[in-house]
Amino acid sequence: MPRPRTSGNSRQPEQPEASQAGSPRSEQGPGLVSRRRFDSKESKAADAGFKALVVFCALAVIAVVGLILFELLSQSRLSMSKFGLKFLTKQIWDPVAEDFGALPFIYGTLVSSLVALVLAVPLSVGTALFLTEICPRRIRGILALLVELLAAIPSVIYGLWGIFVLAPFLRRSIQPFLAKYLGWTGLFTGPKYGIGMLAAGVILAIMILPIIASITREVVMAVPRNQREAALALGATTWEMLRMSVLRNARGGILGAVILGLGRALGETMAVTMVIGNRPEIAKSLFAPGYTLASVIANEFTEAVGNVYLSALVEMALILFVLTLIVNALAGLLVWSITRGMPSRTLA
Amino acid sequence: MRNAASNKISVRRRLANALALGAIGLAALVVTIPLFLILGTVIHNGLSELNWNFLTQIPKPPGEEGGGMANAIVGSLMLLGVASLIGVPLGIGAGVYLAEYGRNVRGNVVRFTCDVLNGVPSIVIGLTAYALVVLTQKHFSLLAGSVALGIMMIPTISRTTEEVLLLVPQSIREAALGLGIPHWRTIVSVVLRTASSGIVTSIMLAFARVAGETAPLMFTAFGNQYWNLNLNQPTAALPLQIFAYAVMPYDQAHRQAWTGALVLISIIMITVIVFRFIAGRGVMKGAD
Repeated sequence: MPRPRTSGNSRQPEQPEASQAGSPRSEQGPGLVSRRRFDSKESKAADAGFKALVVFCALAVIAVVGLILFELLSQSRLSMSKFGLKFLTKQIWDPVAEDFGALPFIYGTLVSSLVALVLAVPLSVGTALFLTEICPRRIRGILALLVELLAAIPSVIYGLWGIFVLAPFLRRSIQPFLAKYLGWTGLFTGPKYGIGMLAAGVILAIMILPIIASITREVVMAVPRNQREAALALGATTWEMLRMSVLRNARGGILGAVILGLGRALGETMAVTMVIGNRPEIAKSLFAPGYTLASVIANEFTEAVGNVYLSALVEMALILFVLTLIVNALAGLLVWSITRGMPSRTLA
Repeated sequence: MRNAASNKISVRRRLANALALGAIGLAALVVTIPLFLILGTVIHNGLSELNWNFLTQIPKPPGEEGGGMANAIVGSLMLLGVASLIGVPLGIGAGVYLAEYGRNVRGNVVRFTCDVLNGVPSIVIGLTAYALVVLTQKHFSLLAGSVALGIMMIPTISRTTEEVLLLVPQSIREAALGLGIPHWRTIVSVVLRTASSGIVTSIMLAFARVAGETAPLMFTAFGNQYWNLNLNQPTAALPLQIFAYAVMPYDQAHRQAWTGALVLISIIMITVIVFRFIAGRGVMKGAD
């Protein structure tokens, strides 16, 4: 089975093989084979020891995830026993009275992520199609690098840019326009701060563009060449070919990419904290400030006094963890089913 | 596409084609705009304050002119160094397990867990490190921050390591085993060495990913106005300092935040570009 990733590696594995075959006596193998004979008993023990070592590393990964879950559960027990399931549906956030509900935060997390998806999905799927199907070879590398670099910008710098550049720009140019022409929807009304749910959505959209684009690209590249050729041979235009053979075959994987982007958006902390306005209220208008699960933890955890307060914040983290777990598992299944499952060994 | 049939294509279809392809091209163009805007702003605003003092002095009290982020730069480098000591061996080990022993259900469990860990929001990892290290030590520390960042490095390294190890042809393994070399020695000296530049790539990817992380440091490394080289003390970090300055009401603090952003982004971009350079030379070292 050919591997979908072909970033120039596919032709290389043959070469070391050739150089290895050229030196059967091992004098020249890149200095790696010592000439001493290996005692079979000794080496069996060493084999077992080495395997134990890497199994330990693998178990450590599982242990870390287990510890995360354990710590979240044990630290949030107080809040869970005090508020029960009502925690998820209450709108109160009152540290003084020690009464807490997570609904405005869940709402803020979901809505800001949805706004991000609405903006990011068409752009990133378009970019992926452009990169794989249309783009001249010469600019493909540069464009792919630019999209990758977008992913390398730290969250806190997105936030900085959001506060001082994006929010004023939204306030001056975009929000008046939206209020004038789309105000009737009720989504774009109220005072124009710049900072708020809309700004958070835009920042998140920019942040999840690269991940959706790169996974979509992988999925699209996994669509067999002959599907495209068949459509073209029937006289389809390029767009018809893209629609009929590429997008239709890749839609499951693209959906997976979108959901993976959603998972990233849900857990994003710093940039959102800096531009969303941090007010635990549910408002229909996207101009209004909001608050997310991740940003309330970031803002209040170090200042929280009282065990119930701390415990409520940890329960927020637990909700966030479960939310991203579900979303990522779903996305993983979809992407795996299209591209690889278990990564395949290259045929040597 | 440009064949004899093309002049029979109806106007409507040709128009739809042109519109769709135009929209796709436009999307690709729009996606690159934020990158240039952000990089442009960071460079423009950051250069104004970038000077020797910024790189060698510790912060002045809020609102005062002057001062720098030297302690935060050193703190960040130390955090990343200690995080690598935790994340790199575990990540490579888990990657070796997945590629060499994990071609089965047990391997899939580990693979899935890695993906889960990769998707855990960084703030949740920060909280876990807080509960594990800070609550045990009873105070914030550089070590706690490194644990958080180290955990975040593991899944990236192990999955990428697995992928590059699988690119090493089976015949190389067989050749080594055929010479009577024990299995572990084959993996360490033949497979890992052949894939070494790919593994370096994975480490740099992970490094770039955690270098700008702020959220997991907030309740672990915590930040510090002064120098700290002690593993058991709270320490300043570049992303934390940028955040702290960005939300302060002083103009001077904002300028310093931009300069900090410039320094941070330079560190990360250099890493990413070096990684591209290495990856461009071929993941397989033996291929040279």
